[in-house]
Amino acid sequence: MFRSQQLALRYFAAAMTLFGIMIVAGLLASTHYVQDGFMLNKLDFSITKTLHIDTMIIWLLMGFIGAVYWFLPIELEREVEGIKLAEIMFWIFCAAVAVVAAVFIFVQYGPATEMSLWFINQGRKYVEAPRWAAIGITLVVLVFVYNVVATALKAKKITGIVGVLMVDLIPLFGLYLIAFPSITNMSEDQYWWWWLVHLWVEATWEILIGCIMALALMQLLGTNRRIVETWLYIEVALVLGTGILGLGHHYFWIGTPSYWLGIGGFFSALEPLPLLGMVVHAVYDAGTHRMKTTNKPAFFWVMAEAFGNFIGGGVFGFMMTLPQINLFTHGTQWTVSHGHFAFWGAYGCGIIAVIYLALQKARDAQQLDSTAWKWSFALLNLGMVGMVGALLVSGIAQAFYERAMGGSTLQAFMEAQTNVWFVQGIVMRLVFGLVFAVGYVILIVDLLAIGRKRVATENFKARAAGGPA
Amino acid sequence: MIAEDPAFWRAGAISSTLVMLVVLGFLTVDSLATIRPGGANVPAYTVINKEIRYEFDVESNRYRPVIGAEQLLFGRNYSAQEAEETMRLGKLVIQSRNCMNCHTFFGNGAYYAPDLTKAWLDPAWQQMWMPMTQSSTREDAMAIFLMNPEKFPTWSRQMPNLNITRKEAEALVAYLKWMSAVETNGFPIHFGHIQTNR
Repeated sequence: MFRSQQLALRYFAAAMTLFGIMIVAGLLASTHYVQDGFMLNKLDFSITKTLHIDTMIIWLLMGFIGAVYWFLPIELEREVEGIKLAEIMFWIFCAAVAVVAAVFIFVQYGPATEMSLWFINQGRKYVEAPRWAAIGITLVVLVFVYNVVATALKAKKITGIVGVLMVDLIPLFGLYLIAFPSITNMSEDQYWWWWLVHLWVEATWEILIGCIMALALMQLLGTNRRIVETWLYIEVALVLGTGILGLGHHYFWIGTPSYWLGIGGFFSALEPLPLLGMVVHAVYDAGTHRMKTTNKPAFFWVMAEAFGNFIGGGVFGFMMTLPQINLFTHGTQWTVSHGHFAFWGAYGCGIIAVIYLALQKARDAQQLDSTAWKWSFALLNLGMVGMVGALLVSGIAQAFYERAMGGSTLQAFMEAQTNVWFVQGIVMRLVFGLVFAVGYVILIVDLLAIGRKRVATENFKARAAGGPA
Repeated sequence: MIAEDPAFWRAGAISSTLVMLVVLGFLTVDSLATIRPGGANVPAYTVINKEIRYEFDVESNRYRPVIGAEQLLFGRNYSAQEAEETMRLGKLVIQSRNCMNCHTFFGNGAYYAPDLTKAWLDPAWQQMWMPMTQSSTREDAMAIFLMNPEKFPTWSRQMPNLNITRKEAEALVAYLKWMSAVETNGFPIHFGHIQTNR
């Protein structure tokens, strides 16, 4: 195994740990909704919410970085250039995340000064990390970019996938710089903030996971490189062709000109197209190989990624993206429903698939299979679909009672929050969140055990005896 | 067949990306001019010295902010420089207290607490908080509430005490007043024009 692949396994371990913290923070934030006064003035909703979404961003980012460190030496047939520096940055990254989490929990907020933004909390959703930590993340990403580019140059080999990856890393780094300034004008602040959030999540990250899935499919199913690279280019053309101006669906109501209503609505409506393409691609590949694989969990998680990305990101996004509908759904639990489904489908499932792929190689298992992965797969996806459905019910109630009927005032907001359909949805979200948490625990148990020699031997003996594997 | 050649699709990917980036560049230049303070959609910060309303405009078929006559804030008339400094402080309060992870601004943020886009215009300040805080003005009631939210519980969900000082609270109220005057293409629809009673 290459050193960069050992580093990848460390990144996966850190990602899975943060995934767990994200779930705990999510359950606490859900409890805030269900029980009034929960942890008031001790651990308020704003803190649990911040922890929930920031750990999500970081575990996904760590998963992406780990996946690239895993596949890069295979793709370029050599060790990653500057691996020592990459190993150091991993520990700096982990230390920075731990310190920021501790500051969020124990310090929480400060006075209205620049010092608070530098050392406590920047107070901008998704990029709350104080500036010193944001500099740390920038350095980690810079070293990551250097590793990829320098390795490709040293190998004198730039495959189609590595080429797309290298170009994609430029906006991945460049857009993050928007995390730093504090702009007084809220309209302008949100204008640039959406460049970071949308162009990361709905463009740069989509391309990144596209590259990772392309590499995964070649390893998992032995798919022909020519087919994989053709699909990747089509995906890039469609994702960026629709997604760059799809940015407009965030510019409906922030003070920006009204032409964004038309532009944002039109291009957002096209955004599901590349995601549908990925489903076709995945189903085609699976059919070609008659669903036969040596790594069932990775195979099923790849399928979950394709369908989850399309339904969660594409269909659920389209459902609320036209301005005529968004006027009522914007800023309600409807958005939360879409957000959960999209992040899970597009990115969470893909990273879990890559981890299973990596473990198969790392543990030298001919066949990777277990009973536990099926349980975790079922419970995690059931938990997620349940949360998404419950939040949608709450969101619809909120859109009707607060926005359409109530006129969005403080009183209308609170009346919607106490509406029986809203409350039922929000309670069921917590219930399905617990189901999701159980699925997570089984996933971790499985990741620790699956494919290890002892288990593999037992499976082999069971098969030889004619019993269930 | 040309479509079977990956190079064809690579060229398609590069060209569609570049075209869209150029279009986004032009639209960004125009949008930034429109949303600068004093631009077509975003008022100058000194709008805090004026009365602000939110009324239905038949011609555009949506609700729009309307700037009225002089209406002092905290009994003061802010100069351009004072207004800008106040807005700067107000925005720092919003960021340092992590407001966006409970509330939304222009509908963006978390969804645990009310949207604050037009909060300045909310009838509840006059109907509920002015009597509760024994204040004679809306801005005073808002400032007192923000400094001591636990003393004025209204609905079942409460706001935490974030140790907001009087100066910070006044800047925050001024910020919310300015924000209510931003042209938001009709969002939120008919804000404050419906009395709910269910």
